[in-house]
Amino acid sequence: MKKRKFGLALSLVLAAGTILGACGKSEEKGGETAGGDNKEKAFSVAMVTDVGGVDDKSFNQSAWEGLKAFGEENGLEKGKGGFDYLQSQSDADYSTNLNTLARQDFDLVFGIGFLMEGAINEIAQQQKDSHFGIVDAVVDQPNVASIMFKEQEAAFLAGVAAANATKENKIGFIGGMEIPVIERFESGFLAGVQAVNPDIKVEVQYAGAFDKAELGQTIASKMYSSGVDVIFHAAGGTGNGLFKEARDLKKKDPARELWAIGVDSDQTAEGVVEIDGKEHNVILTSALKRVDNAVKDLSTKAKDGSFPGGETTTYGLAEDGVGLAPINPEVSTKAEIEGAVKEWQEKIKNGDLTVPSSKDELASFSVE
Amino acid sequence: MSNRMKNIVVPLVAVLLGVLVGTIIMVATGYNAGSAFIALWNGAFGEIYYTGEVVRQVTPYILAGLAVAFAFRTGLFNIGVEGQLIVGWLAAVWVGVAFELPKFIHLPLAVLAAAAAGAMWAFIPGLLKAKFKVHEVIVTIMMNYVALHVTNYIIRTVLSEKSDRTEMIAESASLRSPFLEGLTDYSRLHWGILIALACVFIMWFLLEKTSKGYELRAVGFNQHASEYAGMSVSKNIILSMVISGAFAGLAGAMEALGTFGYAAIKGGFTGVGFDGIAVALLGGNGPIGIIFAALLFGSLKVGALNMPLEAGVPNELVDIIIALIVFFVAASYMIRIFIDRISKKGVK
Repeated sequence: MKKRKFGLALSLVLAAGTILGACGKSEEKGGETAGGDNKEKAFSVAMVTDVGGVDDKSFNQSAWEGLKAFGEENGLEKGKGGFDYLQSQSDADYSTNLNTLARQDFDLVFGIGFLMEGAINEIAQQQKDSHFGIVDAVVDQPNVASIMFKEQEAAFLAGVAAANATKENKIGFIGGMEIPVIERFESGFLAGVQAVNPDIKVEVQYAGAFDKAELGQTIASKMYSSGVDVIFHAAGGTGNGLFKEARDLKKKDPARELWAIGVDSDQTAEGVVEIDGKEHNVILTSALKRVDNAVKDLSTKAKDGSFPGGETTTYGLAEDGVGLAPINPEVSTKAEIEGAVKEWQEKIKNGDLTVPSSKDELASFSVE
Repeated sequence: MSNRMKNIVVPLVAVLLGVLVGTIIMVATGYNAGSAFIALWNGAFGEIYYTGEVVRQVTPYILAGLAVAFAFRTGLFNIGVEGQLIVGWLAAVWVGVAFELPKFIHLPLAVLAAAAAGAMWAFIPGLLKAKFKVHEVIVTIMMNYVALHVTNYIIRTVLSEKSDRTEMIAESASLRSPFLEGLTDYSRLHWGILIALACVFIMWFLLEKTSKGYELRAVGFNQHASEYAGMSVSKNIILSMVISGAFAGLAGAMEALGTFGYAAIKGGFTGVGFDGIAVALLGGNGPIGIIFAALLFGSLKVGALNMPLEAGVPNELVDIIIALIVFFVAASYMIRIFIDRISKKGVK
């Protein structure tokens, strides 16, 4: 009897876990289009998110916004025959989702994130008539267009901003996982700091996950208490912990100047703190990765019949694929930062400066 | 109503109740339940491709369900199926990439390595339980985390050079078959389903037809009585965990050698091991029941992916339905009383 009760309790925990796990997702109601009544077949495009989901406030969301913008521009509707997305709940779903979309005759199917590299590579060989796009990875198939970003360039500018904002000459970097994309962020950021002032100390720490906000907060708390006053994160959802810690510390001690730098999209909204009825913001700026621009750009190309199959398109500063969000007006050195950022931005754009994209390149990097 | 009938009717009623409440939730939140279920069906059986995918998903579910059920039948709660699955996955991939052997040696070796790794991972909680009475639930849960992070570390440092995934396993270790792929229009269906079905038979045979199985079950029913009857309780506890872990390891081999062909760094659990608890529960811990339960969960999981596109229903709703089914199975006591009442009335 005791055992049965225990089993019951266990299964209740399990059930509760599953139910709670399903909470917290909002969904637009599907505006359905009848697939059959299109006079001519309009161009249709769809994407598969990775496990982050379409509302991750970062990567996937940005891609979806790009598709929405593309859809609006071309008068498409959400659903079959227009533009749509499917979410993956585990990495076993990538293949099924990509296959489903290809089978529903979408003209172009995006896989968002390097995690889908293997799945796209395989399906592209099976569904030779479909076109695929992949973000953050290179798949060498004639019907796949690969999108890469020069994250290091955005991170470099973030580094320049951080180096100009710090008073303590101590800066922090929080990475998600040690993968090539994040390494580009880290290398660029370190190079940017170094370019402004080589004496600044940068603490680098990896959280090992993209979805552990509590871990991000612990790391941020340690860094801030050791005297670091600017922290940049390239850690997806883990970075939300950084923002929380920064907000909490600001609330506790409004006089203290501490900053956090966002990533992928402009994360200004995450940094709002209300102290004595006055609004403050702890987000210095954000290193932008314009997945939306890239996805839209590639969709437009495909629609116009110039789908770059088998090629890799790299979006950098010059292509408007990466950039830096506006600087927080609360920073005392705002004008200084903006001036420096602009200066370096020009140098990168016209090719005078190549930002290191790996730690090896960083080792031999110098501004001169 | 006989007990056997009840064992079949109760899960069925639980499933129906789950679907019913799910329908109510869908209608209440403004979705079209009818088209949602049609989309679910089409996503699981509408095309031969999806059916292949369902069977592919069912394969690890069967094995994970067997692992949970086997431990359960011998009085143990193996919550560590997830961790044992992950180490099995890694072991299979390791053998798959490290050796070059003819297929008839390589494939069995990879499969056995997975089973051995899972068994080893379950041996630790078994040993702790048998020797020191440490509760296996706690140990197995913690071992899940150890498994997750240790395998991530090994993938990053040993099996690849700071990359997020290993190379593909050698063709000679793969369970995939162009024949099955051709049959199901390029689904990822693989030969693993035969292994899973064989294991269903093994579990039944072992538990029901051998004296060792009788001992294992006896220890599960009553440790003191078994000890009095001259059985070694600690040996049987360890053995039970090891066999359960071997099943879990095999489930990992299905993912490693069939579905994926590589091991990648995981940010979190695969969920298959935990779903295995639900499968075992719904299947009444019996071999045949587990097959049907795995089939149900597999088709729900795969079919759900089609729901947002075809019916505009978020696939989280399917998770809710699955959770409701588990809930009603767990609450089967309620259903049993209800059935008893009704059948009594019939007698009057």
